[in-house]
Parts: sequence; structure tokens; C-alpha cells
Amino acid sequence: MIVRIMGEGQYKVSSSLLDELNAIDNRIVNYVGKESESDFRSELTKLIATVKNNGTPIDDAEIVESDIIIPPEDMTLEEATEIFSGQGLIED
Amino acid sequence: MGLLNRMGTVVKAKMNKLVGKLEDPRETLDYSYEKQLELLQNVKRGVAEVTTSKKRLELQKGKLLQNIDKLDSQARDAVKADREDLARLALERKNGLQSQIQSLDQQIEGLNKDQEKLQATEKRLSAKVESFRTKKETIKAQYSAAEAQVKITESVTGISEEMADVGLAIQRAEEKTENMKARSAALDELLEQGTLEDFTGKEDDIEKELAKISATSNIESELASLKREVGK
Repeated sequence: MIVRIMGEGQYKVSSSLLDELNAIDNRIVNYVGKESESDFRSELTKLIATVKNNGTPIDDAEIVESDIIIPPEDMTLEEATEIFSGQGLIED
Repeated sequence: MGLLNRMGTVVKAKMNKLVGKLEDPRETLDYSYEKQLELLQNVKRGVAEVTTSKKRLELQKGKLLQNIDKLDSQARDAVKADREDLARLALERKNGLQSQIQSLDQQIEGLNKDQEKLQATEKRLSAKVESFRTKKETIKAQYSAAEAQVKITESVTGISEEMADVGLAIQRAEEKTENMKARSAALDELLEQGTLEDFTGKEDDIEKELAKISATSNIESELASLKREVGK
């Protein structure tokens, strides 16, 4: 499957990684709910590292849609909270 | 719903806006390509903007360093003239400036990273735009209307996702530089007024007190060594 790390590009990773990514994602949801900045940060870093360590970068010139989109590494807890509240990160 | 799902939804919503609804699918190709070129220009502007901000902060740092030199020699002169009170005042100011420099260094470092990231983004987008252009011409020339529709959807969706991503990266970089501009203007103003206390902000009371204690001990030890140097 194709994974995009926002601000960094896309990676091709094996679908078997999905469970692991979901597990980290669930922890992130939990930490955002608890407003725990440091735990949120470390899980997001882990999420991105997992993709990078297990994936191969997609060539710059290749145009392909992603199956999963991961927020940018420097996303703040406030920005994550905004996304969950449906306000979105990207202005129209 | 997890963060990844939400993020996907946010990006998809942005993508739909980017594509728009055009009668002739072939027009979609040209329209998207135009938007890509615009976006590429925006990224270039973003890179320039970050570079300018960095230069501004570096200039400011230079000014602060000059001020520190001046305060150093003032403190020395004051000690020579047996004016410990004045020397202490100069050293206190110097201490304030030094913490400003630390904070500037951090900001400059942050901008450096942003600059590198945006430059990588520009490179990636420009490779994609070029490959889209080739694809676009091929689709127009070689495919029947029905086949073209499928090809168009594929390539436009793929590039729109990239565009949504790049759009966000620029937007966040702009917010950061705007923020820094404001801080930097405030610092300039404070420098002119000669008051620099509490500018770093964000510290709680305890941190502030502790910082004050460490600043005081720095100042005292510096004063002592100045006295030794000038033989007082």
C-alpha cells in the first residue's frame, strides 16, 4: 500500500504493516484526548519512523494516490485537536 | 476514528476543491496543470520568504552581539571608575541580550529546517508537475474519450493529493514566518527602548525566579572577574 507522510512524500509499504500503524494511531487518539503533548509527539514520531524504516520511497515523478495519509512530523497537539474537532487543518 | 482517517478526510476534501467540476474531462487536465504551475510558484515564494526571515534574524543577532560588546566595555569602564552599580546594570542588560541570542539561534535553526523541507517539496512537486504534463499530452493524443476519462481521474487524483499536501506545507510555513516577523519586530522595539526583560515569555513564576537567581550569580561572578582584570 502507499503511505503519504505529509510534507515529506510517499512510501510503499507492505499491507502487513497496517495493524501496527493502526495500533499507534489508536494510541495517538488516546493521547490527543488526554492532551498529553509529549506522548502524542513520541507516538507520531514512531508512526513516521515505522513507515520510513519499513517502506521504500516513491519516485518524485510518480503520480499515485495514497491509501494512508500521515500528518506532518511537526504537527502540534493543538493542530491534531483541531482535526479531531472537524475544524480541519487546511483552510479552504 | 483515528488521526490517519481524519487526516485522509481533510486531504480528500481539499483535493475535491482543487479539481473542481468541469464539463470536458480534458479541460480538467489543463485546469489542474495551471493550478500546479501556480502552486509551484507559491512554493518558490515560500522558500524565498523563509530565507528572508532567516536573514532578518541573523541581522538581529548581529546587532545583539554588537550591543553585548558595547555593554562589556561599559561594564569594564564602570569598574575602572569604581562605579559597581553601573557595571552591574550593564552586565544585567548583557545577560538579557544573551538569552535573546539563544532564542534567536533556536528560531534560526527552525527556519533552516523549514527551508530545507520546502526546497525538497519544490523539487518533488516540480518532478510531479513535469511528469503530469507528459501524461496529459499523451492522454489527449492517444485515448478515446471513455478511456481518457479513467486515465484523467487517476492522474488528477494523484496530483491533487500532492497539491493538497504542498498547499498545507506552504500555509504552515507562512504562519510560522508571520509569527516570527511579529516577534522580531517586537524585539527591535524593545531593543530601541533598552528594555528586554520578560520578553522570552512562556516561563512560569518558578522558572522566572530560578532564571533570575542564575542570572544574578552569573552577573556577580562576571563582575568579580572584571574587577580582578582591571586590578580593583
